[in-house]
Amino acid sequence: MTQQEDDRPEGRRGDPVGFVIAAGLLALAAAVAWDASGMGAVSSYAGIGPSAASWTVAAALTALALGTVVSAVRGKIPVPEPSDHAAVLTILAGIAGMIAIISFGGGFIPAMAVLFGLTARGFGRRALLTDLGIGVALGLFVYLGFTKLLALSLPQGPIEHLF
Amino acid sequence: MLDSVLALAQGFSVALEPTKLLFALIGVFLGTAVGVLPGIGPALTVALLLPVTFKLDPTGSLIMFAGIYYGGMYGGSTTSILINTPGESSSMITALEGNKMAKAGRGGPALATAAIGSFVAGLIATIGLALFAPWLVEIAIQFGPADYFALMILAFVTVSATFGDSPLRGLTSLFIGLMLGLVGLDALSGQARLTFGVPELLDGIEVTTLAVGLFAVGEALYVASRLKHAPETIEPVRGSLWMTKEDWKRSWKPWLRGTALGFPIGSLPAGGAEIPTFLSYTIEKRLTKHPEEFGKGAIEGVAGPEAANNASAAGTLMPLLTLGLPTSATAAILLAGFQQYGLNPGPLLFAEKPDLVWGLIASLFIANVMLVVLNLPLIGLWVRLLAIPQPWLYAGILVFAAMGTIAANPSPVELIMLAVFGLLGFVMRRYDYPIAPMVVGLILGPMAETQLRRALQISLGDPMALVESPLAATLLAIAALALVAPLIFKGLSRFKAEED
Repeated sequence: MTQQEDDRPEGRRGDPVGFVIAAGLLALAAAVAWDASGMGAVSSYAGIGPSAASWTVAAALTALALGTVVSAVRGKIPVPEPSDHAAVLTILAGIAGMIAIISFGGGFIPAMAVLFGLTARGFGRRALLTDLGIGVALGLFVYLGFTKLLALSLPQGPIEHLF
Repeated sequence: MLDSVLALAQGFSVALEPTKLLFALIGVFLGTAVGVLPGIGPALTVALLLPVTFKLDPTGSLIMFAGIYYGGMYGGSTTSILINTPGESSSMITALEGNKMAKAGRGGPALATAAIGSFVAGLIATIGLALFAPWLVEIAIQFGPADYFALMILAFVTVSATFGDSPLRGLTSLFIGLMLGLVGLDALSGQARLTFGVPELLDGIEVTTLAVGLFAVGEALYVASRLKHAPETIEPVRGSLWMTKEDWKRSWKPWLRGTALGFPIGSLPAGGAEIPTFLSYTIEKRLTKHPEEFGKGAIEGVAGPEAANNASAAGTLMPLLTLGLPTSATAAILLAGFQQYGLNPGPLLFAEKPDLVWGLIASLFIANVMLVVLNLPLIGLWVRLLAIPQPWLYAGILVFAAMGTIAANPSPVELIMLAVFGLLGFVMRRYDYPIAPMVVGLILGPMAETQLRRALQISLGDPMALVESPLAATLLAIAALALVAPLIFKGLSRFKAEED
């Protein structure tokens, strides 16, 4: 068996990422268990109540966290490929901006323009104003198509009220 | 047997209505167009296009779905061949040989053998579905809650642990999915679980929000993070699109063999098209008269796995329609599509809505024919879609992802969940966690819990009831075996490696 474990060159022993993942799983398990402990008593005739599944999931997540710790110690956590964090953060900013605009009643079209523009920038485009313009056009197209043709409701803001 | 033929004829009379044909055509077209976009597999195609079908009548929209599903598969193989970015792991094998063929200037025949092979496989597998589904329904109608529970446990194990790289990571993905399935009001007692006082969470987590977040947003973040390190190139389709006589001769047997592998394995509650496509590739490599071409672009290596992939996709519809059991991410999203109309697939649906079920099966045939007629002539159009600059492509995908999410559930909370799941999908991709088990866990978890609690209610809480039915006991035993099987498989493959 030892030879099989050596088959994988990837992963280093005691990779801290493994411990972070394990901690995350433990936190989830704790949240589920805390939630389950607040539930009412088991209904008498049915055998198990709504908390049983919660306890099972909490126990399983704890076990998986321990398993992750073991695999981190053994160096079996895959080492990820290099990542361009700036690109990821730019796109996340676009998503956050989109959510903020919709939450504060800015409407669908400006929200989509921001999402489109910042995502394109995350993918290496430099012409932000052009991309925002394309985002407005796409947002308008989608908005009209889906609200007028398919009768779906999409969030409205000052611009959408014009139609 | 005769019953199936009659029922199918009835189904065709539904599916051949002009409006239904139009839905099928739109579905096929949209499915191919979205499926062709790099990194988008059938699961995401269906999830992204779900909102388009919100306001249609159930039969029409399910027929459109069938078209989207099959179209997404065709589109995905085109992308695998031309730019080597398979949308899901099952088209990885196609990318392996197909992309080599495209690089050698044989992209046309590679696309043709994939398209015709998918057609043949889809046709045979759909006939198999029509023949065997009523038979399985007969059996399924006798299933008790304990049997269903055991079946779902088996599906959990096979989807997450048996066929992945690492059972630990597969099970982690599954249990996070099961945890997400707990969120909301408990169906039997009305108890709120994991809602933390947020009213939007009382209805539970939408499968489509999870799928779109994990697949679309997660993929976009991942591709962006890798952009500087691994640029993609599109292979132009050069030379003749048509297959030569030699190509036909080398393709037809792999098509049939691939179908024979794909349909039965896809029908089992085992999940995933990876195994049949991989097996098909291995078998074709053994049987070919041109072993020297394998790894350099052998047509058999495209024909067989593509057929296996499509046949297993039709196969997964078997447990989905007859048992209500989704065994792949795509099937889980299709199930969500059914549920959006309050329809629950299973034996009862066959009895209560035969028009809908058989209309859907008939429309699979129609979608298949439309695809083979449409696809090869339109290949130029699909290739042009591949040429959309990547920044705009992914920006557009995210706009559609956000639009679908907010249209399904107009609340910023839903968008925040989309973003969280997107980030989760990104991290999972980086650390090689499989995504499908999470989606299957979310949709199957609450179903399994309901069956378990029903079984225990009937037995007045006696847990022995779970293994008293011979079927349930057998299924649970297989599940236990499937949990340890990966270790045995690993031992075997190492043994083989030493032998070579």
